[in-house]
Amino acid sequence: MPDERGPARGSVHPSVHVDGEVVATKRVGGYRHLTLTAPGVPERFRAGNFVAVTVAGHVARRALWVHRVRASSAFGPTLDVVVEARGSGTAWLAAQPVGARIAITGPLGRPFALPKDAVSCLLVGEGYAAAPLFPLAERLRERGCAVSLVVSAPDEARLLSALEARRSARSVTVLTADGSVGQRGTVADHVDDLVRRSDADVVYAAGPHAVLRSAAGAAERAGAWSQVAVETPTPCGTGLCHGCPLPVVGEDGVERVVRACAEGPVLRGDRVRWDALGDDR
Amino acid sequence: MSADLPGPVMVAAGCGGTGRELEPYAGPDGLVGLDLVTRSITLDARAGGPGPRVAEVPGGLVNAVGLPNPGLEHFLATELPWLVRAGARVFVSIAGSTMGEYADLARRLSRAPGVAGLEVNVGAPDEVGAGLFEVREPYHSASVIAAVRREFPSDRPVLAKLRPDVSRIVEGARSCHEAGATAVVIGNAVPAAFPDGRAGGLSGPAIAPVALRCVAEVHRALPDVPTIGCGGVHDVRSANAYLDAGADAVQVGTALLHDPTTVARLRAALAPGPRNDSRPAPPEENR
Ligand SMILES: Cc1cc2nc3c(=O)[nH]c(=O)nc-3n(C[C@H](O)[C@H](O)[C@H](O)COP(=O)(O)OP(=O)(O)OC[C@H]3O[C@@H](n4cnc5c(N)ncnc54)[C@H](O)[C@@H]3O)c2cc1C
Ligand SMILES: Cc1cc2nc3c(=O)[nH]c(=O)nc-3n(C[C@H](O)[C@H](O)[C@H](O)COP(=O)(O)O)c2cc1C
Ligand code: FES
Repeated sequence: MPDERGPARGSVHPSVHVDGEVVATKRVGGYRHLTLTAPGVPERFRAGNFVAVTVAGHVARRALWVHRVRASSAFGPTLDVVVEARGSGTAWLAAQPVGARIAITGPLGRPFALPKDAVSCLLVGEGYAAAPLFPLAERLRERGCAVSLVVSAPDEARLLSALEARRSARSVTVLTADGSVGQRGTVADHVDDLVRRSDADVVYAAGPHAVLRSAAGAAERAGAWSQVAVETPTPCGTGLCHGCPLPVVGEDGVERVVRACAEGPVLRGDRVRWDALGDDR
Repeated sequence: MSADLPGPVMVAAGCGGTGRELEPYAGPDGLVGLDLVTRSITLDARAGGPGPRVAEVPGGLVNAVGLPNPGLEHFLATELPWLVRAGARVFVSIAGSTMGEYADLARRLSRAPGVAGLEVNVGAPDEVGAGLFEVREPYHSASVIAAVRREFPSDRPVLAKLRPDVSRIVEGARSCHEAGATAVVIGNAVPAAFPDGRAGGLSGPAIAPVALRCVAEVHRALPDVPTIGCGGVHDVRSANAYLDAGADAVQVGTALLHDPTTVARLRAALAPGPRNDSRPAPPEENR
């Protein structure tokens, strides 16, 4: 698939490290949505980028998908992130009130590659990780692509609201593992069928490794391309530490280990060595 | 310190990516004039260890990154020329599994254009550098330094990077200096364990007092041996602690992972020139 991401981050659109501020927060189901100012970050953002944020008292940084950017607001350009409080860092982030200042580095990572032509695209996201698919859907629609969006979650509380995405997507499918809303089942259960029904040329996936792997597999079986947004622990997020190994197969067919934060987090699904990656997330 | 020695602020080995990733955060001059130590380069490519490679602990990180690097050939063809074009003063960190490998690395790097100096990694915490030449004994480190020194032009610095082990550091610094090291870097990550017991190296603010003690001991015992403090430097105060203890320069590692602009800020605050202790303290950044 043609890759229009251009050179890797660092040359054309250098990232910035800035002092951001929480300007709005709201709880939605099991998640906390934060709207942040981060001068220079929204302006440089492309769908699939993430930001690295500093958590008070912690040395390692926390990566967050950018869910949405606004070019202008009462606070100037802003970005939205969706936080699921799980461990120490995400719990701290979810508790930050309006006015809190947070050091933010971004945008980081290779974004989703966009197709040149107006093709059919299936976007599959699970939990908070569906966040980067929403700005992707907008960009694809601007290019005339037919977008089918699937949001999935273990249960309703962890389902990212797809209300706003209905503007960008031709169809929206909701899946919950417990059947509390939408269709019952997991991405793995439904993805082959969804790829077929949407007649997808490209499958984009974001979520736990199992979701990415099943989406990449379904794409391959259907002869479609896939782009997966991989989460692995990213101690720095900026490419400096080599602490985020991601096993891949290069274009030359050679197996290697790349940095998830710098050479990823978005990669072609058929390039990831899933068995070596494991099921952590 | 003489003119061709680095400082007062350097990027520590393995914490500056390939250099490119640091550029956006390096300040108005980019990498120009920045004293940067590369990640340790080995003769053959190394994939590095399995994940998780880094764990967060209070005040620092435990890492077992395992020296991932593309090998000397590829480094010379791609990463080094880029760094040189970007204007960095490149100190190539080298690691070998035999004395001959260290010598080989030094010989080939001596011919590569733009190498300002070498840093010999003789103090990797156990297992982080699995397969490296065993250099725990000061005598062994000194032999490695001597082998490197024989192959590398004497007008360019060779730095010996040692583990901050206070019981051995004076002996190690002395023997490496006698073997031809221009300065000793004190130190590397401290041997430690991940929460699950796997071996790794502890870095970050938590180890600053450990490395500081080593710098102070070396300075007291060997006032003529130039030292470079490395371990937990993250702000002006922590950098000055090393300089005040007698270090000629400091290296910044883990702090860059926490805030990639750290080196730019410290370079601006500690610009070279005679140290003047009556100057107003630059504002401290809060962490
Ligand atoms: C590219 C990317 C995008 C992400 N986007 C989001 C998002 O939009 N919303 C959200 O809530 N979370 C997101 N995460 C996960 C988030 O970054 C947290 O770091 C992680 O879930 C654990 O952080 P913690 O402080 O809550 O947990 P702790 O248990 O306190 O974390 C301890 C350490 O382990 C690391 N760690 C452990 N597991 C993971 C993991 N699965 N992924 C990353 N780091 C891990 C942490 O970074 C930290 O250094 C994303 C991760 C990545 C890599
Ligand atoms: C992620 C990471 C990678 C490192 N890689 C190397 C390396 O390749 N060679 C080396 O000599 N030291 C390496 N180190 C050690 C650092 O250069 C430094 O000596 C140590 O971390 C202490 O300094 P700090 O507290 O400022 O990080 C690494 C440290 C970290 C955290
Ligand atoms: S997280 Fe540090 S290099 Fe990727």
